[in-house]
Amino acid sequence: MAIVRAQGLGKTYRVADKQPGLAGTLRHFLNRRERTIKAVQDVSFAIEPGEFVGFLGANGAGKTTTLKMLTGLIHPTSGTVEVAGAIPHRREADFLGRITLVMGQKQQLIWDLPPLDSLRVNAAVYGIPEAESRRRIAELADMLELGDELRRPVRKLSLGQRMKAELLAALLHRPAVLFLDEPTLGLDVNAQARVRSFLADYNRRFGATVLLTSHYMADITALCPRVLLIHEGQLFYDGTLEMLTQRLAPCREVRLELHQPLGAEAFAGYGEVEAIEGRQVRLLIPRERLTEQVGRLLADLAVVDLSVSDPPIEDIIGRLFRQGALA
Amino acid sequence: MNGSRHRRLAHGRRIATALLSSQYAYMLEYRAEIVLWALSGVLPFIMLGLWSAADVGGELGLSQLQLARYFLAAFVVRQFTIVWVMYTFEEDNLSGRLSPYLLQPLAPVWRYVSSHLAEQATRLPFVVALVGLFFLLYPAAFWWPPLPALLLAGLATMAAFALRFLMQFTLTMVCFWSEKASALERLLYLPYLYLSGLVAPLALYPEPVRAFAMWTPFPYMVDVPARILAGEPVNVGASFAAVAAWGALLLPINLLLWRRGLRHYSAMGA
Repeated sequence: MAIVRAQGLGKTYRVADKQPGLAGTLRHFLNRRERTIKAVQDVSFAIEPGEFVGFLGANGAGKTTTLKMLTGLIHPTSGTVEVAGAIPHRREADFLGRITLVMGQKQQLIWDLPPLDSLRVNAAVYGIPEAESRRRIAELADMLELGDELRRPVRKLSLGQRMKAELLAALLHRPAVLFLDEPTLGLDVNAQARVRSFLADYNRRFGATVLLTSHYMADITALCPRVLLIHEGQLFYDGTLEMLTQRLAPCREVRLELHQPLGAEAFAGYGEVEAIEGRQVRLLIPRERLTEQVGRLLADLAVVDLSVSDPPIEDIIGRLFRQGALA
Repeated sequence: MNGSRHRRLAHGRRIATALLSSQYAYMLEYRAEIVLWALSGVLPFIMLGLWSAADVGGELGLSQLQLARYFLAAFVVRQFTIVWVMYTFEEDNLSGRLSPYLLQPLAPVWRYVSSHLAEQATRLPFVVALVGLFFLLYPAAFWWPPLPALLLAGLATMAAFALRFLMQFTLTMVCFWSEKASALERLLYLPYLYLSGLVAPLALYPEPVRAFAMWTPFPYMVDVPARILAGEPVNVGASFAAVAAWGALLLPINLLLWRRGLRHYSAMGA
C-alpha cells in the first residue's frame, strides 16, 4: 500500500503582472492586473513505504510546489493527495509527527543558539521522552559525524555543519516520510558525500520513505533507484533512472583507445564522433546498432581498449532542460 | 480520561518550559537591544513632564503626585504589554520561516507568545532599574501598593497583554493576503496611543470622549491596569468583563481568519 499517493494534483497561483518602467508602475498602481500560473498540472504518482525516489526538474518546473502540497503547507487547487494515511493540508498532529521537510536554503534551527537548544524544543513538541531524545540525538549525531558543533551557536557553524544539524533536527522525531528539497545545495563535495551516505544509512536503518529533489545528479544516481521527472508542472517520467537514460539517450557512448591516432573521417559509418584526443576517441552509437558497430570497429581498426557506457545522466537531463526538449 | 488529561498537561508544560527557556536564552543574546527598547518606552515619562509643566492636572481632578504615579504605572504596564507579533509574523511569512513552524504539531502562535513572554522577562531588570531611578529623582512619588492591589494590577496587566496580543494577532492574519499588513498596525497605533491612556490618564479626557473610549478595547490595555497599580479607583469587575467580551469577540474571528489564511498560504520563499 502506497505511503504517498497523488492523484491529478494541480496548483494554480494568481500573480501580479507588472510592466517595467514608470508607466508600468503607475498602471500597476491604478489598475492591478493578475495572471494565473499553473505551477503543477494533473500530477499522479504513488510511492511505496521505504522507497527512495528522486524528484527531478528544472528550476520552476513545479518540484517545490509539489513538495509543499505533499507536506500540507499549501492546499492543492485540484486533485487529491494522501501521505502516511492522512490528507496533508489538514495538518493533523499525528500526520505532522510522521513526516518532515528539509529545505536546503531554509532553516528551523534558532540562529543565535546552539542546535541543542532547538533540539530540546523539538523533543518537547514531538513528545519524545527526555532520555529517548538524548539517545536519538547521540545516535543521529554519530551517523552525521556531529559532536561539539551541537554546542556552538548555529551562526558559528559552517554550511555543511549547519545542514547536518538541520537534518538532525528534522529527523529527531524519526519521521516515516522524508521530503528533502535540495539538502546538499551549496555544500562542498565532501559534505555532499557525507550527507548522501547519511541519507542512505537512515533510509536503510529506519525503512523511511524519501522523496529527494536535488540539482546534483550525484545525489540522484547514488541514492534513487526510481525518479520522477517533472517539466512545466507536468509529470514527464516515472520509473528507474536506467530506463530514463535509455529513453532520453537513444545512443550509448563508446570509448576507444587506438593503436595509433586516426582522423574523424575514419569513423564515418560507425557513429557520431563526440571527441578525438590523440589515440582516445569517443563515439555515440544508436543502441539498436551497438553490437553490430562494436563488432565492426574491433574487426576494422587496431583497437587497444574499448568500453561502452551511457552518457552521464546530468548531461542528458541538463541538455534536455536547456533545449526544452520535453515540451 | 484523567490519565490522558494529565499527560496532555505534562506535555504542554514541557513545551512551554522548552520554548520559554530557549526564547529567553535567545533574548539574552540581544540584551543590549532590549535595554534600548526599554529606554524607548519612556513616553509616559515625557507625557508626565508635559502635563506637569502645563500644571492642569489639579484643575481636572488629579494632583501632581497622582499624575506622577499614574505615568510611572503606565510605563510599567506598557513594558509588559508591548506586542510586535505582526512584524515578526509578516517577516516569517515573507521569508518562508513560517513553513517549518507549520510542519510541527504545535500551533505557531505559541512560539510568538513565548518569545513575547521571554522578552518581558528580559526587560524586567531594566524596568526595575528605571523605576528605582524614577523614585531616586522624585522621592515624593514613592509608594508601595498593598499586596491585593499589586496582584490585581499584575492580573490586569496580563489580561491587557493577552487582549493586545489577540487583537494584533487577529490583524496579523491579513499577512496571508497582503505582503505589507503591518501598515494596518501602524494605523491602529494612533487610536491605541490616544485611547489607551499612554498620552494622558483617561480621567483627564472630556466625559464624552472617556465614555466612547471605554467602549473600545484600548483603555484596558494601559489605563485600567495603570490606575489599579497607582491606587486610583477602578471598576474592576466591569473592566475584566470588558476584556473578556473583547476576547470572546476577537478569538473566533482570529481562528476563522487563521483557517482561511492557511488555505491562502503560498509558503513564499520556502
